[in-house]
Amino acid sequence: MPAKTLYDKIWDAHLVHEAEDGTALLYIDRHLVHEVTSPQAFEGLRMAGRKVRAPERTIAVPDHNVPTSADRAQGIENPESRLQVETLDRNAREFGLMHYYEMNDIRQGIVHIVGPEQGWTLPGMTVVCGDSHTATHGAFGALAHGIGTSEVEHVLATQTLITRKSKNMKVEVTGTLPPGVTAKDITLSVIGATGTAGGTGHVIEYCGEAIRSLSMEGRMTVCNMAIEGGARAGLIAPDEKTFAYVMGRPHAPKGAQWEAALAWWKTLFSDEGAHFDKVVTLRAEDIAPVVTWGTSPEDVLPITGTVPDPDSFSGGKVEAARRSLDYMGLTPGTRLQDVAIDTVFIGSCTNGRIEDLREVARIMEGRRVKDGLRAMIVPGSGLVRAQAEEEGIAQKLQEAGFEWRMAGCSMCLGMNPDQLKPGERCASTSNRNFEGRQGRGGRTHLMSPAMAAAAAITGRLTDVRELA
Amino acid sequence: MQPFTTLTGVAAPLPQVNVDTDMIIPKQYLKTIERTGLGKGLFDEMRYDEEGNERPDFVLNQPAYRNAEVLVAGENFGCGSSREHAPWALLDFGIRCVIAPSFADIFFNNCFKNGILPIVLPQEQVDIVMEDARRGANARVTVDLEAQTITTSDGTVISFEVEPFRKHCLLNGLDDIGLSLQKAAAIDAFEAQAATARPWV
Ligand code: SF4
Repeated sequence: MPAKTLYDKIWDAHLVHEAEDGTALLYIDRHLVHEVTSPQAFEGLRMAGRKVRAPERTIAVPDHNVPTSADRAQGIENPESRLQVETLDRNAREFGLMHYYEMNDIRQGIVHIVGPEQGWTLPGMTVVCGDSHTATHGAFGALAHGIGTSEVEHVLATQTLITRKSKNMKVEVTGTLPPGVTAKDITLSVIGATGTAGGTGHVIEYCGEAIRSLSMEGRMTVCNMAIEGGARAGLIAPDEKTFAYVMGRPHAPKGAQWEAALAWWKTLFSDEGAHFDKVVTLRAEDIAPVVTWGTSPEDVLPITGTVPDPDSFSGGKVEAARRSLDYMGLTPGTRLQDVAIDTVFIGSCTNGRIEDLREVARIMEGRRVKDGLRAMIVPGSGLVRAQAEEEGIAQKLQEAGFEWRMAGCSMCLGMNPDQLKPGERCASTSNRNFEGRQGRGGRTHLMSPAMAAAAAITGRLTDVRELA
Repeated sequence: MQPFTTLTGVAAPLPQVNVDTDMIIPKQYLKTIERTGLGKGLFDEMRYDEEGNERPDFVLNQPAYRNAEVLVAGENFGCGSSREHAPWALLDFGIRCVIAPSFADIFFNNCFKNGILPIVLPQEQVDIVMEDARRGANARVTVDLEAQTITTSDGTVISFEVEPFRKHCLLNGLDDIGLSLQKAAAIDAFEAQAATARPWV
C-alpha cells in the first residue's frame, strides 16, 4: 500500500463517488448548523419539497446573533436578529432536527465549541458547517471545513458534499515553546510566515513536538485559524490526549463501540514517507508572543516590534499596508507596546474555552483591569461559563473588573449588540482583524488570552512576559 | 440558477489584494433570511461614508462603472468567512464574473453555485484586463465560457481554465442537489457499508 497522509485516509474512508475529472461526492458524518448561514438553505429545501436526509447527524445552535446580556431569556430586542434565531427554531422543528440547542439551553454556545464539548466531533470524521472556522474540529483529526449556504442545502438534502481533493501541506513546529508563548502565538506566527493565501488549495496537517505538547484546547486554537492562512482545513493526528478528551462526552461512543472506534482512531496518522505538496517548518524557540498591527491576520509581529513602514513591503502589499495603517490609526516606527487600547474582548471559537479563561484568571491574579477600560469575557458555551463559575474563576474575574457575559460569538464579529465604536481599539482573542469586523471603524489587535489579559492590566499592548 | 454562457459588459477595476468577505458584505447585512436584496450593501464601508452617502472615489460609485458586470481584482479575493452573502451581493448588484490572480477557496466555490464565474489568471494577464477596465464604460470586455476566453476592448484574447464539471453546471444552470440525488443509490450503499465499518459514527 502506498504511504498515505492523515488527510488521504479520512478522504478515502468517506468517498461515495469520484468522477474522472476529480469531482468527488464525499459523505458527511456531522453537519453543524447556525442561524446566519442556514435560513436560505432550509428555504431552498422547502421550495423544492425536499427533506433533511439525516436529521440525526445534523446539530444546530444559534450563536452569532444571540445577545450575551443576562436578560436575554426575556427575548432578543433587535428584530432582525430575533427573526433569524426564530427562523432556526422553526426550521429545526419543521425539519425534525434531533439535536438542537436553543438559546436558553445551558449547552448553547458557539457551534465550534459545542460540537467537541458534546462529543459530536470525533477523530476520523468529516465535519462541515456553513462557517469558515469549522476548521477548529480538525484538532481531533477530523476533516472539518466551512461551506457556503448552497452547500449547506446540498448537505441537508444528500448528507454529501460535492468537492475536490485539496493538496497536502505539512506545518511542523519543532521544539519547545518558550514561557509566555501559547497556541495562539503559534497559529498567528504560522500565518505571519505563510501569508493569508499560503494555504489556499491545501489541507494543513500540523505536527511536531510543539503541537503534540499542546492541550486539546490549544490544538483547537491552532486549527481554528487554519482558514486565516487560506487553508480549507487544519488537521492534527489524534493521540492519547485526544482520546482522553473525547471519552465520556455525551455523544462519544461507549463500551464495545468505544473499543472499536479507538482501534480505528489509532490508525489515523500520516504514514512514514507520505507525500506532502508543501512543507513549512517553524522552530518553537523562535516564536514570541505576537500581536497583529494591521487589518489582515498575516500582519503579525512580536510584541517587542514596532509598527512597520508600508514601503518595507513589496507588490500589492505596499498599498494594503498603507491602507491598514490608515485604518488602524498607527504611525510607522511606533513601538507596539506604546499603543493604548480602549477595550478587551476575551472569547470566540478561537479562545473561548475553559483553559483560556483559566489562563486569563492566572495572569489577573492580584491585579485589576485598568480604570476606564471596557473588558468583557464571553465564555464559548453555557457549560464553559458554568464550569468557570464552579471553579471560582468567574467571581475572581468579575472582581478584577471584567464583565461576565452569556455565551455566544459576541464581539468576535459584532452581529449582536457587542460592538466597537468607530476608532475604538480592542485587544481581542478572536481570529479576524478585518476592517469593521468588530464594529464599523473599530480597530482590532489579535492576540492570545494571556496577552489580552496583560493589555487589560496596563491599558496598552503589553508583553505578558514582563508581568509573569 | 441562471446559466452563464457569454457576457459582454463593463469591467470595474479594484486593484486591491486580500479583499475579504467582510469588505464585500459586512455583518449588518447577514441578518437577512433571504438571498436577494444584498446589492445595496455590496462593499458597504468602501462605498458609503458614515452618514450613508456615496464616496465618489469608490469605483462602483463612478458613473462609468455603475452598471459593471465584471470585477477585476487583486490576489486572494474573497478571503475570510464562508458567507454566501458575498456572491449574493455581487450578483444582486449585477456582477457575474470576477477576474483575479487568486481566490479564497470557499468564496470561489460559492460563486459557481450562484451563476458567477470566477476566473483565475496570472498576474500579468490580470494587469492587461485591469488596464483595459480603467478605460471606463466604453471598454467592454467579453467573457465566453464555452470557448474559455476573455476578449478585451482592443481585441486581445486571453484564455482561461475552468474545471469541466463546474463549466458544465454553469453553462446549463444546473442545480447540483438534483444531480447528487440521482446518486442516491450510491449514498445508500455507502451508508450501509459505513454502518458496519464505523458503527459508532
Ligand atoms: S466566534 Fe467568531 S469566528 Fe467563531 S463562529 Fe462565532 S463569529 Fe465565527
